[in-house]
Amino acid sequence: MSEPTLTIRYFAWMREHTGTAVEDMALPAGVDTVGALLPHITAKSRGHALALKNMAAVRVAVNRSYGDLQTPVAEGDEIAFFPPVTGG
Amino acid sequence: MPVRIQHEDFDIAAESRALQDRSVGAVALFVGTVREAAGAQDGDADVTAMTLEHYPGMTEAEIERIENEARARWPLAGVTVIHRIGRLLPNDQIVLVAAAAAHRQDAFDAAQFIMDFLKTDAPFWKAEERDGKTSWVDARDSDDAARRKWGQPT
Repeated sequence: MSEPTLTIRYFAWMREHTGTAVEDMALPAGVDTVGALLPHITAKSRGHALALKNMAAVRVAVNRSYGDLQTPVAEGDEIAFFPPVTGG
Repeated sequence: MPVRIQHEDFDIAAESRALQDRSVGAVALFVGTVREAAGAQDGDADVTAMTLEHYPGMTEAEIERIENEARARWPLAGVTVIHRIGRLLPNDQIVLVAAAAAHRQDAFDAAQFIMDFLKTDAPFWKAEERDGKTSWVDARDSDDAARRKWGQPT
């Protein structure tokens, strides 16, 4: 039986705080939105908590499309957290 | 046309020629470059290098979405977007947005639209080296304002 798996990605200074660009985690029981997942991520380390301390300054993508705390998450999803973008 | 995300520099003249066909009377090209001089909000030290990272998969998808939105708004014969990544030096080219159309107003407007949306939506992040220190560039409120002036998606 395969373990449900989410892929979480971090970019820019958020990656520096968490110490990793990408990690896998199981979908916690009862979690079905990004917002519900958040406490499980911030609990991983002080760096994770610091990266996601001010969600007003954090952009969220689920499966490579912009989302927000209300966006549903399901097994196999890729969720990314990053600062406002600065390309161009 | 698929967006190109690459380390290598690009040749503006060649890209412009590639967009020319019998229906095209106007090619508008924008090039973003690495500015060496510090601005008012950047402190006193000049930029010595800039590093660009991106989100492979999402960056391309977002720029293609923006291009499709431009094509829905204006009658375009072609669009080329090339964005570099990696470590760049002062005066280096960063991004090319080129729009080709029969007439100039559509070409100008589409190129500006694509750049305004790329600045707020395309997942890239810049880190600047100044005075031997590296810091992440902050997003600007003026970029959000520029995007808003185009109104809602069609």
